[in-house]
Amino acid sequence: MNIRIRYFASLREISGRSDEVLTVPAGTTVSAGRALVLERYPHLKSIIERCVYAVNRSYMSAETVLCDGDELVFIPPMGGGNLVAGEGAPWSH
Amino acid sequence: MEPLIQLTHTPLDRDALVAAVSHPSVGGIVVFEGVVRDHARGKRVRYLEYDVYEEMAQQQIGTIIAEAQQRWGVERVAVAHRFGRLEIGETAVIIVVASPHRAEAFDACRYIIDTLKATVPIWKKEVATDGEEWVEG
Repeated sequence: MNIRIRYFASLREISGRSDEVLTVPAGTTVSAGRALVLERYPHLKSIIERCVYAVNRSYMSAETVLCDGDELVFIPPMGGGNLVAGEGAPWSH
Repeated sequence: MEPLIQLTHTPLDRDALVAAVSHPSVGGIVVFEGVVRDHARGKRVRYLEYDVYEEMAQQQIGTIIAEAQQRWGVERVAVAHRFGRLEIGETAVIIVVASPHRAEAFDACRYIIDTLKATVPIWKKEVATDGEEWVEG
């Protein structure tokens, strides 16, 4: 199946791209998607470790199983933020 | 009214946002305006660059406004955020809340800007005289 990854802010600048489509096995989780991206762009590591995750424009946990056509985005900390890296955001809906 | 949400590259129009929330039932209008300042953590800032995950930001801002409306009963809200390059003194964000009484408008406005800054995927890069960085936390 295919998932779309989009990159913003520091992740976009370091990876040099704003989006791409990756072919992954069925059952791939957000954290497996993250590992794939880190294989491609090792330089993103320190930032991705501080990111939370969005799937199809909603905050989701690392254990979330992706589906064909999903849009996965790593959300770096925001300027005014108090996000806790690695956790599903408590204010997600 | 339906909440007004604007994400745009072009300069924000405060008067138009205030006009959008105005209504004969309104007794108070609170406006928060966030502007670009020339210093941060001891650095001289030359300009800022904002990046946004637009579709998600739109959705998140809608959720925040709905929460504020439910909590304080404010019906008339407008939120605008600019992205791209912003110069010192330019307006990056405007929150306008109108309600029959001022207390609810103040509280809702404060809630919306604080929650927006913490949870909406909008990032800011400070370009200073001695280098640049994406601001975190």
